Amino acid sequence: MKYIDKDTIEDIALGAALLGTGGGGDPYVGKLMALQAIEEHGPVQLIDPEDVPDDALIVPTAMMGAPTVLIEKIPSGEEIFRAFEGLKSYLNRDIYATVPIEAGGVNSMIPIAVAAQLGLPLIDCDGMGRAFPELQMVTYHLYDISATPMMIADEKGNVLMLKTIDNVWTERLARNATVEMGASVMISIYPMTGKELKKAAIRNIVTFSAKIGKAIRNSRSSNKNPVDVCLEATGGIELFRGKITDVSRKTEGGFVRGEALLEGVEDYSGQNMKVQFQNENLIAIKNGKVVATVPDLICIVNLETAMPVTTERLKYGSRVAVLGIPCDEKWRTPRGIETVGPRYFGYDVDYVPVKELARK
Amino acid sequence: MKYRLGIDVGGTNTDAVIIDNDLNLIAKVKVPTTADVSTGIYEAMHHVLEESGVERDKIEYAMLGTTHCTNAIVERKRLNRVGVLRLGKPATEAIKPMTGWPEDLVEKIGRQYFLTGGGHEFDGRPISAFDENEVRKIMRDLKGKVDSIAVISVFSPVSSEHEERVAAIIREELGDFPVSLSHQIGSIGLLERENATILNAALVEVAKTTAEGFIKALEKENVTSAKVYLCQNDGTLMSADYAMKYPILTIACGPTNSIRGASFLAKNKDAIVLDVGGTTSDIGVVTNGFPRESAVAVDIGGVRTNFRMPDLISIGVGGGTIIRELDGEIKIGPDSVGYRISEEALVFGGNTLTATDLAVRLGMCEVGDKSKVQHIDLKFAEKCFEKIKSMVEQAIEKIKLSSEPQPLILVGGGSILIPDELEGISEVIRPENYEIANAFGASIAQVSGQVEKIFDLSKMTREEAIKEAKETAKQEAIKAGADLDSVEVVEVEDVPLAYLPGNAIRIRVKATGDLKG
Repeated sequence: MKYIDKDTIEDIALGAALLGTGGGGDPYVGKLMALQAIEEHGPVQLIDPEDVPDDALIVPTAMMGAPTVLIEKIPSGEEIFRAFEGLKSYLNRDIYATVPIEAGGVNSMIPIAVAAQLGLPLIDCDGMGRAFPELQMVTYHLYDISATPMMIADEKGNVLMLKTIDNVWTERLARNATVEMGASVMISIYPMTGKELKKAAIRNIVTFSAKIGKAIRNSRSSNKNPVDVCLEATGGIELFRGKITDVSRKTEGGFVRGEALLEGVEDYSGQNMKVQFQNENLIAIKNGKVVATVPDLICIVNLETAMPVTTERLKYGSRVAVLGIPCDEKWRTPRGIETVGPRYFGYDVDYVPVKELARK
Repeated sequence: MKYRLGIDVGGTNTDAVIIDNDLNLIAKVKVPTTADVSTGIYEAMHHVLEESGVERDKIEYAMLGTTHCTNAIVERKRLNRVGVLRLGKPATEAIKPMTGWPEDLVEKIGRQYFLTGGGHEFDGRPISAFDENEVRKIMRDLKGKVDSIAVISVFSPVSSEHEERVAAIIREELGDFPVSLSHQIGSIGLLERENATILNAALVEVAKTTAEGFIKALEKENVTSAKVYLCQNDGTLMSADYAMKYPILTIACGPTNSIRGASFLAKNKDAIVLDVGGTTSDIGVVTNGFPRESAVAVDIGGVRTNFRMPDLISIGVGGGTIIRELDGEIKIGPDSVGYRISEEALVFGGNTLTATDLAVRLGMCEVGDKSKVQHIDLKFAEKCFEKIKSMVEQAIEKIKLSSEPQPLILVGGGSILIPDELEGISEVIRPENYEIANAFGASIAQVSGQVEKIFDLSKMTREEAIKEAKETAKQEAIKAGADLDSVEVVEVEDVPLAYLPGNAIRIRVKATGDLKG
């Protein structure tokens, strides 16, 4: 039996910051919530999806809204009780466990806090294996699991239930409600059976995050290069090492779009790279050639420490490494690419897996 | 002619200068920093006034940059007991005040914290009703249990209304009582702002003693008509009255003064600044006459805060840095003989090989007894300097903003260690009076106003929002004592908020101006 304790939370938070691929929100506030919840209620049991009964009711959980609001208007902690109670009484069934929908960023931490508070186990999987901006961008969606009935709860006590015709409508209605409710809310969403979860989820991602975080943390005291340690832990490849020479950002339809330009250092001297982002890093272009696209993970980390750098913190002059990490196989299907591929985000590029691009 | 007195307290020395109102240097002194800090300040003040021969009633401004507050937090000494009131309930209950603080610091400050209704949403709507009776009751309960009160309301950088209302109630209930309001101290990010506000409240007594002690010492020297200021970490000043209310803003003003002073002495507003001390060298960047600020959260005494600090890289290279050779490999520091250099360095008859000894051997400077380092192999000395040079170059490379070569201003007593040719540097500038750049920085500091707010762009254009923010910042600067005609906007930053439709942006603007003459 595995338990998530305080040290594991530190490791998961760090790994999650990397899997956020530049977005997903700084896990800091979520981490403190998880730490406080564990202090009050004890460690959280982490279970393997194989150990979940097929007919059990599983309810994923997350925060929705602007991470910038989350760091100022911290949740009350009561929201999620109401969201879970709401679903429980609507479905008239007990909830067996909770699970993240998003392994990257702050939403890696929220389900740990929720599991501790509600006394539920956490299942070692998620619906993205990284961070994405919209509710239908989860592998659960690829397996025709409905996001609704869904509960949205704010700290004031408002609870909203959505029942929609499809998951894209869920995203649209929930996003607008979130803004009205103060731009940071807690959700319980994609209620599903254990059987559905085993089929649709990305497995062992919580353990994977912890492993990445631990590797980065330990690399500081070992003699190994932190970036190499990070690549080894993630199975990723190094796309570039360089210095940021320009960052531009603008808001379009609620998303921060922009790009960072890099000038090569060390082995990459004389070369350049452009990373384009919409909250998350979506496409990496080296010397004019695409070397990685969403849904593969494009992570920017500090060159000396391998600490992940978010798009909000990209700064002219920072020395960074750009890493390409293969996404889960589930995203590499036609439906996966249609949902989160480069064309969905408006790039006129076909998806080619990052390691294939590297061989070319 | 009227004059200014500037004093800066450093880890090793306390420097003082007198400059005239046209900013010409009249007198300078350096005395060792004392354990109680204050004695060193009075000493430096006395000597510099004597040396300048300036008539005491002609001193118009007196500025102090000091480490009193930093030391109090780091040493956990003389801190106030603080009552903490956070407004925003039911929001924010998931993380209690002072979460993640070192236990010994929480012990000193006490655990008198309360959460109550109030606070605002990102767009200025109230989260919940402000409960006046509840606030009154809390204040009556706190009476006699705390020395100082910190008030933190959710999104107070957007709307400070509820913090101001609490301040009014405290005045009614407790009279003239020290109150720290978070919107005056930090920006968006509740926990970091709250931490800084609580630390601020804990420092009120230390700040009062420091400021009043400085004023008394001035009076003792017959400097009675001067306006008294303390230096902030953003390179601007605050009046002694304001400093007694917001002492946390004085933390780490030393590096800022050094960068500002270096910029002025070198007559260069955009450059890299390298301040070489006895133990470490600090590298910072001056942009438009002000230090570039750090973008990451800053830890003070183990507490995470988000207030304005200069972006600095420190490396273990200074005049007293110990040089060793291990298995044929040269090791530079990071330890140093520090203030004991005058006993331990070879040129002063000691037994430790320091960076200064090598500089003397290579004829880069003349200090102490040259003959005591003649035995050092010239090639070895050169190799050591190659290594120091490359350490400095790496740090410069890290802090630089563009690949274009930039000028470097060199200040501090140890700057003789640095060569005139450096990778990535267009020109090395060694200004006159480089050794008192810090105190000079203190005496030329300006006053500023800053605003940080989230704007909803469905109601106005980005340009209108920035215009409004600029106007507010200018008004804040004038309120702080700036001369109307000299006020200018020195920094505008806007960051769109992620994952929100409706285009909200966070705008931060800083305006500064010269002190009213």
